[in-house]
Amino acid sequence: MAINAQTQPKLDTREPVINDFAFSVATKNGSGSQTSNNVLVKALFQMGIPVNGKNLFPSNIKGLPTWYTIRASKDGYTARKALTEIVVAYNNSTATEDVANLPPGGVCITTDKIAKVIRRREDISYYEIPVAKLMRQTEIPSAFRKLVENMTYVGAVAQLFEIPLDLIYEVLLANFKGREKPALMNHDVVKLAYDWTADNLVKTDPYRFERMDGAEGKIMMTGNDAGALGAVFGGVNVVAWYPITPSTSFVDGLIGFRGLRQNEGGENTIAIVQAEDELAAAGIVVGAGWAGGRSLTSTSGPGISLMAEFAGLAYFAEIPAVFWNITRMGPSTGLPTRTSQGDLLFTHFLGHGDSRQICLLPGNLKEAFEFGWKSFDISESLQSPVFVVSDLDLGMNNWLSDPFDYPDQPMTRGKVLDATALQEFIDEHGKWGRYMDVDGDGIAYRTLPGTDHRFAAYFTRGTGHDEFAVYSERSDDWVENMTRLRLKMDTAREMLPQPIIDDSSNADIGIITFGTNEDAIREARDWLANDGIKTHYLRVLALPLASAVTEFIDAHKSIFVVENNFDGQLTQLIRLEHPENISHVRSLALGDGLPMTPDWIYDSLKEQEG
Amino acid sequence: MPPRTNHLGLARNEYKGRPSTLCPGCGHDSISNQLISMAYELGLEQHKIIKLSGIGCSSKTPAYFLGGSHGFNALHGRMPSVATGALLANKDLTCIAVSGDGDTGSIGMGQFKHVIRRNVPFVYIIENNGVYGLTKGQFSATADEGQFLKYYGTNHMPPIDLALEAVIAGCTFVARSFSGDAKQVQALLQAAVRHPGASVLDIISPCVTFNNAETSTKSYPYGKDHEIPLHEIQILAPDYVEPKDEISVGDYEAGDIIDVEMHDGSFIRLKKLDNDHDPRNRRMAMDVLERSMREQIFSTGLLYYEEPRPTLADTEDLVDTPLAFLDDAELRPPKQALEGVMQSLMVG
Repeated sequence: MAINAQTQPKLDTREPVINDFAFSVATKNGSGSQTSNNVLVKALFQMGIPVNGKNLFPSNIKGLPTWYTIRASKDGYTARKALTEIVVAYNNSTATEDVANLPPGGVCITTDKIAKVIRRREDISYYEIPVAKLMRQTEIPSAFRKLVENMTYVGAVAQLFEIPLDLIYEVLLANFKGREKPALMNHDVVKLAYDWTADNLVKTDPYRFERMDGAEGKIMMTGNDAGALGAVFGGVNVVAWYPITPSTSFVDGLIGFRGLRQNEGGENTIAIVQAEDELAAAGIVVGAGWAGGRSLTSTSGPGISLMAEFAGLAYFAEIPAVFWNITRMGPSTGLPTRTSQGDLLFTHFLGHGDSRQICLLPGNLKEAFEFGWKSFDISESLQSPVFVVSDLDLGMNNWLSDPFDYPDQPMTRGKVLDATALQEFIDEHGKWGRYMDVDGDGIAYRTLPGTDHRFAAYFTRGTGHDEFAVYSERSDDWVENMTRLRLKMDTAREMLPQPIIDDSSNADIGIITFGTNEDAIREARDWLANDGIKTHYLRVLALPLASAVTEFIDAHKSIFVVENNFDGQLTQLIRLEHPENISHVRSLALGDGLPMTPDWIYDSLKEQEG
Repeated sequence: MPPRTNHLGLARNEYKGRPSTLCPGCGHDSISNQLISMAYELGLEQHKIIKLSGIGCSSKTPAYFLGGSHGFNALHGRMPSVATGALLANKDLTCIAVSGDGDTGSIGMGQFKHVIRRNVPFVYIIENNGVYGLTKGQFSATADEGQFLKYYGTNHMPPIDLALEAVIAGCTFVARSFSGDAKQVQALLQAAVRHPGASVLDIISPCVTFNNAETSTKSYPYGKDHEIPLHEIQILAPDYVEPKDEISVGDYEAGDIIDVEMHDGSFIRLKKLDNDHDPRNRRMAMDVLERSMREQIFSTGLLYYEEPRPTLADTEDLVDTPLAFLDDAELRPPKQALEGVMQSLMVG
């Protein structure tokens, strides 16, 4: 047939490459490719292969180009790679560029129609799928045909790189929550392309998958789902939100897991309110935290901007509430569907005046879950808002992880006085004031509305106040209060999750980072080690910075701060908090809208280190 | 002689707050006084009440009444969201919220409309004086078109009628009053606090410093001369027994009295004055308000009432215990629940 006539198939003589290559799937947004890509990733996961899928998608409902990268790594490296060996070129408007990006010896899977318009290369393998013809052979009603068309590349990929068909069906069934009809409809197309590929194409590349046990006992999930699940186990009970990419699926996760917390009658212990905007969402969680709820909102940069005033109020009036910032690329509307770590400084200093917010910085699924529950304990213990700063890459992409550990600490509600405890407090101290620091840690005792004691009430305000919460414009009251708040932040420093440190190899170079760059750094460090360059590693888990960060900086001759924002914000924070002897601290800041690659870290560090 | 006490054995003094710091003669202080009387007369337990406000002169007032209740002076225009959160965390609390015409009609218009849409059960009092006091005399969005103020000249914008906005938003209890009409304010507060839904009271409350000239429709002289109550209002408690010699009933023709039954079995008894307004008729309420605005008629009283929709806590189908007081076992699912979720996400 005509398709085969275009190439001279010759059997590949290269060494086989097994479970160690990456795909890029190029499609049009809204064409149903999300299901196809998820199916591929989950099928590889079910084969026991360490795998990671990253969706690089546009801010658009239908039509604009979108890419999905899938990396399989027998060695467990799951960072995005700069180059993918294989491209599924299903979008005619990007196909030529997609093919041009392949390394020599790469693979292009495309449709017969697109194949006609691609600028061809001699040094790669082509597989052309007659999509229209195959689709005509199906019994699928025309209304659904476009939606399942992308399953043709799933079938071709499965045949070419050896993914078992029965696994694909299992994953499809799970994807459609056990409903056979849509699963079968999709699977029919997969099988059609699978069989057609077997009958008509000759494999001319060295890549294939093989079952292994690299994912045994692991789970696959998005960071937003992990954080939401953590919140459910952390006792969240009031949720307010406003839709915004990439945080919307966090609340979808909460809605999905809400059932874990219903009583026998199906009544809810979690209220979830879609507010009129992020400002109202912030007000709702602050009101709830004030009244004794465990409240949470999830948003992204533009929402955080709107929440600034409430964040300052909650900091100053000392009200617990948890804010998730699933960071996307700013400034302004920026790149709304691209990842970034660019909100670090903004979130940490959110609010006018001298305010400083506690931030937790999860870098993987386990931490997303852990901070999901722990953030409430921290927030109530410190009587302060807590911002969990995640990002789009962690939030919306599928990651591999060990199963989550059940919370290892009981819930702590902080210094809350009920009527009895309030009386005891008064008996001991002679009086109670909302902002009296009797323990010397900057944290006072609060009462909740509804407490049946004649001295329980106080008046919460964002205006200047004395330790009895009474309005005061006196300078000494103001300074005393601000001094106590600073003391509270110092208490927080050592109470918050401490940095993860690897300093076992007697190295002179230290790498500092936060958040989701860990996989890429781990791989880059291995490459550097192969070149004889030993490195140590520290990942910050919380702000304000712990003293361990300073000690790490002092202990190394050369420090690189690796982060995925344009201005090097963690570097700036280190300079601010640790201004002495930091001429050896250098910034490796990226901020290109994409998850970081080991290639970039390796190249940049080698260049700077000379 | 010992002071008179209510059924909790409390004197009226015990419902007071801190001394007011507003200008002497401010209409807002009269409303605070009526709130004190309302809580005293009804024998409300202060620890079950929360007092919320936004920012502005009006929003300072929660410090001046019910000293035994938790209060929260929040952000400009954002009190409704704080009320929403507080009442979700503890649906057993009674919430009295105070706002102003700037706080509600300008910066807070979005939250005002949406808190009504969600039907958060609270008393939302707008202390409306048509002017920004703390920033010294700017027009607010409720100021009359053509009105003149000393520093800012003539207002060329038409006013926003907040009671009308409340009706349009779906509020099931909407009233307008005048801070100089203590009796009516008292009756409306007693009704509103019993209403299990958002209830809005737009109370014209003159600013003696910046907007009390006779030419202003938000002034004392104007209010005293022009207020036209729609009805005489009386609140009948659920256990109310009609006296045999009820004079007021005798004074009215049958059909001139509307008894609006409230959710808790109490009644708002409305005795008709010189008009046909029936607050159970939404169209009529909007007509009265539109005519009042157009012809500058100062109609006061209960404008609109309907059987409340489900509250937000109902819509959310929450458990009986207030969320803030759930115990750890209700807040954290057991270990097996997590293991189940993990199992479902694993290979094989």
